[in-house]
Amino acid sequence: MPSIEAVNLTKTYGSFCALSALNLKIEGAKCVGFLGPNGAGKTTTLKMFTDLIRPSSGEALINGVNVHTEKKKALESVATLIETPEIYPSLTPREALSMIAEIRGVPTTEIKNRIENAIAEVHMNEWIDKRVGKFSKGMKQRICIASTLLNDPCILLLDEPTTGLDPRGMSEVRDIVKSLKSKNRLIFMSSHILSEVSEVCDEVAMIDHGKLLVYDTISNVTAKFSGGANMVEVGLQHPIDAQLITQTIAKLPDVVSAEQTDGKNLRIRFSGGLDVQERLLSDLVKLNIGVISYRVASSELEDVYLNLIKETV
Amino acid sequence: MVETQTNPNNTVPSSMAQIGITMKYTFLEYFRSRRFLILLTITLLIAAALTIVVAWRRPEGFLISNLGFYSSWWGNAVTFVIILSGIFFGGDAISGEFQNKTGYFGIPNPIRRSSIYIGKWLSAFLAASAIMFLFAVITIANGFYYFGSSGLPIQFVESLLLAWFYLAAVLGLTFFFSSMFKSSSISILVTVILLLFGFTLISTLVSNLVGYEPWFVLTYGAGIIGNVLQSPYPLHSLTTTATFAHRTITTTTFSATIPEGLAIIGLYFAVTAILGLVLFERKEFN
Repeated sequence: MPSIEAVNLTKTYGSFCALSALNLKIEGAKCVGFLGPNGAGKTTTLKMFTDLIRPSSGEALINGVNVHTEKKKALESVATLIETPEIYPSLTPREALSMIAEIRGVPTTEIKNRIENAIAEVHMNEWIDKRVGKFSKGMKQRICIASTLLNDPCILLLDEPTTGLDPRGMSEVRDIVKSLKSKNRLIFMSSHILSEVSEVCDEVAMIDHGKLLVYDTISNVTAKFSGGANMVEVGLQHPIDAQLITQTIAKLPDVVSAEQTDGKNLRIRFSGGLDVQERLLSDLVKLNIGVISYRVASSELEDVYLNLIKETV
Repeated sequence: MVETQTNPNNTVPSSMAQIGITMKYTFLEYFRSRRFLILLTITLLIAAALTIVVAWRRPEGFLISNLGFYSSWWGNAVTFVIILSGIFFGGDAISGEFQNKTGYFGIPNPIRRSSIYIGKWLSAFLAASAIMFLFAVITIANGFYYFGSSGLPIQFVESLLLAWFYLAAVLGLTFFFSSMFKSSSISILVTVILLLFGFTLISTLVSNLVGYEPWFVLTYGAGIIGNVLQSPYPLHSLTTTATFAHRTITTTTFSATIPEGLAIIGLYFAVTAILGLVLFERKEFN
């Protein structure tokens, strides 16, 4: 069973503690989102799992093997994408990926097919033999994502994998991650995009100021910390009476609270999933209050995130 | 929970094989880079300038004997070509991995940092050797023109091998400075200052003013590349110069013997290569 484990993992720079005695064990085939604000210690953690930096104390273990004492063994079945790597500019994607495939021990007879499949997965087929130096940041990121698919890894460590990608690219990366998840891989992925984490991850670990705040399944975390509320913003054609909001809308089924943000906008918190969200829209329309827009303002996960991060400030 | 397995066909190659893989692709990168083209152009310009000057002015120092020709042509210019090669291929070989973030692509893989370092060093050595041997071929071609194929002295072969060894030491030094800094421009600047001016200045000051043999300076040891082409082999010498105030200044010109030169070059290579590797092993991508 693939596993990654941080044992009292600590990183300090002088008096600044970037990561404080992180204890976290993730096992099995799943996708875990790693959340936290800028400077929380997410990238520091991932870098210690990939030999980019050394821990001040503690251990980073992959499948029980210490990354810093037995790097080759620890990373043999791991693929990583940390920050936005640059590729040697005079190489083509085929050559750059061939280098990585050879380093990771992909059989020579399979390298060509694996590269072409990985490149096809990130929709870069027509660029496969062009030099990387001329590529945009997003194109390079796609090549780096392709590099993670080469050796059919059992663990993927991804640091904000959709950074630098256009919306279509982001969606494609999410699809790749979902497809890897269906192949029973362990994916540990940091991200700032909570909707992305909600969409692809099974579990979530939140970190702030170098300390782990919570690690659990998304459903458990939201149940514990969000009060189980999602939020929608409703745009109205004309202002409505405040009494209608408090007496009628706030009392609709599954609605937790309703408030008027300005004359023509409402913010409604509700508990439940997409079914409740759909029914709520239908109920609002039936009230004939002139609904002209309806959009998700925040998810339960965002609610949890904001609650937990706020608490540590 | 579901068991997962990685592809059973994948076997991570030995560190030696990974050195070869790194070398192959880094050499490809070097070979296609603009800097290779620039260095090639500079080397060809130096060779062309020497060819034209010797053909046109027929300087006595070049044409008095075959040994004099190779000493004047090769002995004077090759160390400059080597230093340029070291700066071009080694100056930011490691610091560039940090500054340009290419290290983020290669290092988080099942490969030791030492394999990356050695692979990159070997590719730089290969690329710089290609430039040096091109210069040697042009030298020999000119030598054949003036003295025929029988005029190639055995000392030139010795000098060529010594130059090759010196190239290894220069690349060891440039890789060391490249590992010391995370900024490409700083590591290149330090290397340029030290190899093109610093060593020469220290060597001149120490030997001329203090009268002390600068055995600790790499470029002093590299003097054997040119010295081996002189007959007889030069020895330490004192030069007394009278000045206008009826004073005399005595300066000493030191010449390293071949064993001394080999020891200096060898020590520089060994020490800087090891220190550079240790620095790279400890350096963090933060």
